[in-house]
Amino acid sequence: MSEESDTAVADTPVADGPVADSEAPAAAEAGSQPETAYGVAVTDSRGQMVLHPDRETYVETITALRDDGFVSVMDLCGVDNLNRVTRDLPVGVGAERFEVVVSLIAHEPPRRIRVRVQIPENDPTVASLFDVFPGTENLERETWDMFGVTFDGHPDPSRILMPPDWQGHPLRKDFAVGSVPVQFKGAAAPR
Amino acid sequence: MTLLDTPSDSAASAASAKRVFLRDETSAVLRVDESNIPLAETVDIDPMSTAPMIVNMGPVHPSTHGVLRLVLEMQGEQVLRSKPVIGYLHTGMEKTGEQLSFLQGTTNVTRMDYASPLFNELVFSLATEKLLNIEVPPRAQWIRTMMCELNRISSHMLFQATNGMDVGAVSMMLYGNRLREETLRILEKVTGLRMNHNYIRPGGVAVDLPDGWREDIGGLLDMLPPLLDEFDQLLTGQPIFRERLQGVGAINTEECLALGVTGPILRGTGYAWDLRRDMPYLKYDELDFDVIVGSYGDCFDRYAVRLAEARESIRIVRQCIEKMPTGDYRLQDKKVTPPPRARIDESMEALIHHFKIFTEGFKVPEGEVYVSIESPRGELGCYVVSDGGSHPHRMHIRAPSFVNLQTMPHMMQDALVADVVAIISSVDPVLGEVDR
Repeated sequence: MSEESDTAVADTPVADGPVADSEAPAAAEAGSQPETAYGVAVTDSRGQMVLHPDRETYVETITALRDDGFVSVMDLCGVDNLNRVTRDLPVGVGAERFEVVVSLIAHEPPRRIRVRVQIPENDPTVASLFDVFPGTENLERETWDMFGVTFDGHPDPSRILMPPDWQGHPLRKDFAVGSVPVQFKGAAAPR
Repeated sequence: MTLLDTPSDSAASAASAKRVFLRDETSAVLRVDESNIPLAETVDIDPMSTAPMIVNMGPVHPSTHGVLRLVLEMQGEQVLRSKPVIGYLHTGMEKTGEQLSFLQGTTNVTRMDYASPLFNELVFSLATEKLLNIEVPPRAQWIRTMMCELNRISSHMLFQATNGMDVGAVSMMLYGNRLREETLRILEKVTGLRMNHNYIRPGGVAVDLPDGWREDIGGLLDMLPPLLDEFDQLLTGQPIFRERLQGVGAINTEECLALGVTGPILRGTGYAWDLRRDMPYLKYDELDFDVIVGSYGDCFDRYAVRLAEARESIRIVRQCIEKMPTGDYRLQDKKVTPPPRARIDESMEALIHHFKIFTEGFKVPEGEVYVSIESPRGELGCYVVSDGGSHPHRMHIRAPSFVNLQTMPHMMQDALVADVVAIISSVDPVLGEVDR
């Protein structure tokens, strides 16, 4: 209770929790803070291992992870970093407006890894993971729907949550929060 | 558990693993633009034609568990391809989550999976606590574990109710919901609300357990097992019920892993993967319970897995009652949790902290984490990005139902339209979580 009193400003990564990042073979030999794993830059986020491939090596990295025992993609989502000043990226990885974040899981031994790929605003395109993990189909459709990041080679690039004729991508930071007046059929006019 | 004598040999299993990768018209997924499907009254239907027909099911079909719409390509009674169409409940909860502070965030996420709201609160709180680098007191962790398991029982009882009704055992709607209500009564007594509790919050839980909680929960745990045995008599052993579910909607482990499917669907295929055991969080590493698996991955196995998991949850809750320690039910950290009510009357600082926490919220250090737990439907994940402020920069919920929904076209391929209802039911999607 007292030693935790100013943890709201503490920013020390702790290697605990269910993520056993040291299990990855490439990471194990490089020590606790490896520079690269699977041939791409790696960082540690609160004890969770994060890979930072560029768009060219993105599918290659995911395929290498699959061959290394990561059996499933658990999550794939977008992040819009418009107007964000500081970013926790390794040296050599240029910050872009959009990010696609993929979380993978291995069962033997149980461990997780995350892949963050930077997507520039003027060309928001990245390769689809459908041929590596078909379970990303819905997740990539959602990411396109919400952020406007297109996935090359996706079998069904259509909106999934918003109506098909919707304009814009709601989770972008420049998509204003607001309310749309709902007109009920047959409702009396306000005056 | 099943009497079905069609075990898939390894060659067939590998071949069917490939079927989820298909992207052309041989795939089970009907990849059409659902907005351009002509209305039935505008199509001139030739009753003698044997050509495949596109049929809409939902979004307000009673067996679709909310507002799930299915577009089915039918050849007579047989489903060729299908596509779940979702989004009818989409209210932009992830966008809302960016407008709310970390303290308010649990009120938002709890409304996603309305059948198991405590799990949503838990995963968001765990993610926030990991970003803050704080650990909640042991009593709070035990309370969280116990309440989540009670919530798992209520969620699985809801499944028993709807699954029974969907396949024709209409009285199950009453029996299942009765047990669910009994469980919700306990949740109401502890949290104040039947659903959308906002009970688990960053830093601990909202209030301590009420007086007499041991007797209340003990009474529930004594009442449940004989009534679950009644389910066995009503359903498990019934030939009509078994005929309806056995061999229907089968899926194998390889397909599940490729599709990212988790929870009872994955365990129903005989693959023992449960985050509570394999990547323990809270106090699950100090608890004794079994991971329930099926054998054939069909609708019956998914039913049986969920029924047995409710029994395991009863075991877990009993251990939680036994091991419940004394101590704080939330972290006494004035930067994260409000001070005790009594302190506000006598301390100026406590009043200031209270005011600051509820107006401004607490600041969360910059960073990003992905935290996941085992919800009744599978892996429930939360990805939070903080830019150092009191509101999340990005808050994404990995909803198990959303991913599990992708299995439906593969389970439905070549099934009869009557089996479609059983398959939807056995996937147990909660549409509030699918659409968020």
